[in-house]
Amino acid sequence: MSELLLTNLLNVTNLSISFGGLRAVDNFDITVKKGQLYGLIGPNGAGKTTVFNLLTGVYRPDEGKVFLDGENITNLKTMDINKAGVGRTFQNIRLFKKLSVLDNVKVGLHNRYHYNTWEGIFRLPKYRRIEKVMNEEAYKLLKVFDLENEADYLAGNLPYGKQRKLEIARTLATDPKLLLLDEPAAGMNPNETKELMETIRFVRDEFEMTILLIEHDMKLVAGICEELTVLNFGKTLMSGETNEVLNDSRVITAYLGE
Amino acid sequence: MDKIPKIWRDNLITYGMVIAIYAVMQILISFGLVSRLMQGLLVPLCIYVILAISLNLTVGILGELSLGHAGFMCLGAFAGAFFSKITVEAITFSPLRFFLAIVIGAVVAGFFGFLIGMPVLRFRGDYLAIVTLAFGEIIKNVINALFVGLDDRGFHFSLSDRASLGLYEDGEVIINGAQGIIGTPQDSNFTVGIVLVLLTLFIVQNLIRSRDGRAIMSIRDNLIASESIGIHVTKYKLMAFSISAALAGVAGVLYSHNLNNVVASPRAFGYNMSIMILVFVVLGGIGNIRGSMIAAVVLTLLPEMMRGLDRYRMLIYAIVLIVMMLFNWSPQILAWREQHSIKDLIGRVRGRSRV
Ligand SMILES: Nc1ncnc2c1ncn2[C@@H]1O[C@H](COP(=O)(O)OP(=O)(O)OP(=O)(O)O)[C@@H](O)[C@H]1O
Ligand SMILES: [Mg+2]
Repeated sequence: MSELLLTNLLNVTNLSISFGGLRAVDNFDITVKKGQLYGLIGPNGAGKTTVFNLLTGVYRPDEGKVFLDGENITNLKTMDINKAGVGRTFQNIRLFKKLSVLDNVKVGLHNRYHYNTWEGIFRLPKYRRIEKVMNEEAYKLLKVFDLENEADYLAGNLPYGKQRKLEIARTLATDPKLLLLDEPAAGMNPNETKELMETIRFVRDEFEMTILLIEHDMKLVAGICEELTVLNFGKTLMSGETNEVLNDSRVITAYLGE
Repeated sequence: MDKIPKIWRDNLITYGMVIAIYAVMQILISFGLVSRLMQGLLVPLCIYVILAISLNLTVGILGELSLGHAGFMCLGAFAGAFFSKITVEAITFSPLRFFLAIVIGAVVAGFFGFLIGMPVLRFRGDYLAIVTLAFGEIIKNVINALFVGLDDRGFHFSLSDRASLGLYEDGEVIINGAQGIIGTPQDSNFTVGIVLVLLTLFIVQNLIRSRDGRAIMSIRDNLIASESIGIHVTKYKLMAFSISAALAGVAGVLYSHNLNNVVASPRAFGYNMSIMILVFVVLGGIGNIRGSMIAAVVLTLLPEMMRGLDRYRMLIYAIVLIVMMLFNWSPQILAWREQHSIKDLIGRVRGRSRV
């Protein structure tokens, strides 16, 4: 563990973007070490989701650089950023609602298992072999999130909490190095949140994952994040160890208002 | 898990339906119970079914709107007929010639689908609808103005008139402007039509249930999420759209080889035709392959069968449209169908729910 923590996985410097006159993210820096569970917090509208959108190529930054594992991924397309090793979930859940739960995860496996169009249409032996492996892989992931009994449901018919979990499973299927979770506990009841905390920890340990998460639920943040960065009006208010940050008067003021 | 068998069962029902209809029709024909008029409708029915299934790939599976499906059909019709006409003496074994014509029609239509999709499908929004609408009209008009002749020296092209082809005496006009292609070998028949329907079904249904098909449907359901998990969105949009166009081309080949004279008329290949195919897809349920087949058949047969009731024809037609709309889209009826479908009964008996 301690050795893992020595290397940086994500290195962001000077990241900025404006929408019209609004500087939504202003000179954002962050360094996340391999295997770390890192929290990004801040009041509503602080720019947290915008940071995720910048990291994943949904928006192009006006300035700044993003390095993943030493590779410059700043201006890559969303698709290529995922291939480089960044997986994410969305604050407003984005599942493939008319696909089954299983198929949602299998789309996530898309770039890891290959057969071509004709092998698929004519059901050639390679199709059967690869589909079998994909099913096994997908079920493994569904089990982690306790979704294997819902594998045949339409994703859109899952209850809210399970949809959030499925989104994490789907992005884990792409085998990312870095997992970005945007408010994974939003809309969950306390029990579900507790369970989710366990799952996030499990994912970090079992998949040796590095996780950067946005969350408003301070119990969750205090419970699992090792380090935090606080955003306020697009600017970094402070970063540091979780306890230190959560007890800082500036952070408390930002959350409670003047 | 019994997921694969369940999908197979569903696909098999669709194939079974097609084959059953074919068998019933053949029996009725052999007993002389099918009118001439009805017999003449069999191949067009196959054509419409292929068009409906293939458009559903673009509209229902990929989630893009195309208003030029008849344009791709037109390309297939002329490419196939052109090929058959120039090889009618060289290839006397007609099944082989027709097979090649189908391949050519599919490739030409698919290639144009690719060309059009290439610039348009990169963008988000309903650009495809506008561009395909224009494309359909342009193709029809270009073919109407196109003259192609063949003599000892090879092919001659003109966009003005027949005379400017400058053919030798023994030369032959193949595409004769607004008069189209005359004398295409009549290789289409009901059996071939059914085989092509089954082939279209096979391609589309199996594509949907494959790695590429999942990628295509993921784009439909959520493009941003699709990109976020590394799906090459443009590539898969193009793939779905080109395959859809190629299959429309197959329907076109079937069409042109069912007539002695294929003309790029507005009735056959115009905007109204594209809209009619779209109506099949919408009424049958967007993304519902079997539904769009049924809609194509019902909406083609109804007006024909009700010729006798001419006075009420439009009324009945309208009622059927409304009923089908309700049946496919009303939330109450959807809920009722959920509860009462046979598949669900089976599912409940086994104590598992279904997709
Ligand atoms: N595409 C956009 N165009 C214009 N303004 C935007 C855009 N995206 C975000 N913003 C603005 O940027 C600011 C930051 O928004 P962002 O969604 O990043 O906040 P957040 O920290 O995630 O908030 P929350 O906790 O409510 O999710 C907001 O003022 C928002 O209105
Ligand atoms: Mg947000």
